[in-house]
Amino acid sequence: MTTEIKKVTKSDLNSVVLRSNLFQGSWNFERMQALGFMYSISPVIKRLYPDPNSQERKDAIKRHLEFFNTQPFVAAPVLGVTIAMEEERANGKPIDDAAINGIKVGLMGPLAGVGDPIYWGTARPVFAALGAGLALSGSILGPLLFFVLFNLVRLATRYYGVTYGYKKGLDVVQDMSGGLLQKLTEGASILGLFIMGALVQKWTSINVPLVVSTIQKQDGTTEITTVQSILDSLMPGLLPLLFTFACMWLLRNRVNALWIIVGFFVIGIFGAWTGILA
Amino acid sequence: MEISTLQVILVFLVSCVCGAGSILDEFQTHRPLIACTLIGLVLGDMTTGIIVGGSLELLALGWMNIGAALAPDAALASVISTILVIVGGQDISTGIAVAIPLAAAGQVLTYVVRAITVGFQHAADKSVEDGNLARLDWIHFGALMLQAMRIAIPALIVALTAGTDVVQTMLNAIPPVVTTGLKIAGGFIAVVGYAMVINMMRAGHLMPFFYAGFVIAAFTDFNLVALGVLGTIMAVIYIQIHPKYNKSQQVVVAAASNNDLDNRLD
Repeated sequence: MTTEIKKVTKSDLNSVVLRSNLFQGSWNFERMQALGFMYSISPVIKRLYPDPNSQERKDAIKRHLEFFNTQPFVAAPVLGVTIAMEEERANGKPIDDAAINGIKVGLMGPLAGVGDPIYWGTARPVFAALGAGLALSGSILGPLLFFVLFNLVRLATRYYGVTYGYKKGLDVVQDMSGGLLQKLTEGASILGLFIMGALVQKWTSINVPLVVSTIQKQDGTTEITTVQSILDSLMPGLLPLLFTFACMWLLRNRVNALWIIVGFFVIGIFGAWTGILA
Repeated sequence: MEISTLQVILVFLVSCVCGAGSILDEFQTHRPLIACTLIGLVLGDMTTGIIVGGSLELLALGWMNIGAALAPDAALASVISTILVIVGGQDISTGIAVAIPLAAAGQVLTYVVRAITVGFQHAADKSVEDGNLARLDWIHFGALMLQAMRIAIPALIVALTAGTDVVQTMLNAIPPVVTTGLKIAGGFIAVVGYAMVINMMRAGHLMPFFYAGFVIAAFTDFNLVALGVLGTIMAVIYIQIHPKYNKSQQVVVAAASNNDLDNRLD
């Protein structure tokens, strides 16, 4: 029997990157991204276990149809590490099912903790806010900017994640504890929160036109002071800030976001009806 | 507005892309900015689509799928409200108001489809017995198509009926105080999204940066690009000087200064 060294090729890795663009296609409540993971890693399984009837291939399929769920983009390094482990196993190294699944399950939690604030908490809202600002005036640049920027970041994560994970193999686990990810998460959170603060101020509008006083000045002009002008002289955007705090509190108490939105609509309609808001 | 057969087909196809985007969360074709623009494009009024998209995007800024928790569905809301605005001739503010119940309906539909796809997951287990990889691909695509249909079928129905008298009468029956109220609420409803993002960060010790953003935006004319640069600089400086990230260096510095002191005392 010839013992040929089985090797994953560059084109296999590219194929995994390409397929991982459909990572969540079959997301379901039972095993979540399991089939997506298997779908993505399929070219590697084909390369390492070419015989469809071999027990090795069947075992590999079984392994990767187990439960998996993380932030979809940071699944890329997990795919990379798994490919490296599968390759070693196919070449006879004593790596069992438990080791491979252990690494997958072990990485998905911490990586989701990093991926969620970076991609959903910072990258997407910041790019979307930038795009929406342009889009409100009808400019095509808005959607284009959002689409291009976000997908550049995403595809870079996907490509470098898979290749880096494959190259480093199990060393990734050590890299992760080095604090780099924590720095990245915290840095992204700072940027995200800073921009959210600015948006609460800039991209909200509220007006309480209730008149507090009307002063007839000596030069004949009248100075009308409304509730809103008093609020603005204190701090522009004070009411939206208070609304934001109310929302945060409600959301923390597990009130569905849609109900809060409905509540705001009711406030708006009531305000229009009574004339408190304009 | 009358729409042609070609436009109906295009709306169907674009809705498929948006529906698939909603589950994938990769290319972001389900986000209002993209979905509304594409629907606007095929209906021949892209500018309106872009404006609806921009307004809805602010509303949906914080809608995200975290773990197994599902966000309100931006795809159904974007696609149908854009059709209602362009084909049904409604105000943008009415379109946005309609988007909210649609987002809730979309959320329910995605629950249903994600439960149905459990069956697909089990069908995939067959490949464990015969090692067939191609079957896995098809099952994966099949589940994805089901998610695409979740948006495309309702969109098709609305596209065909939005111009009819029944729908028009229904939409026009909304009293003006309601539309004005919705317009007012539209001014500050985006804070729900901001609050969702802030809560997701779960970083109370970083809240000073939120207040800094608020005050700087209140008293300057900086645009978002300038604020983004400023925020990045703050993040870099924070990481550079925070003791948590400089433990080893700090010890060295402390040791060095101790020696210095000793020397001087001598």
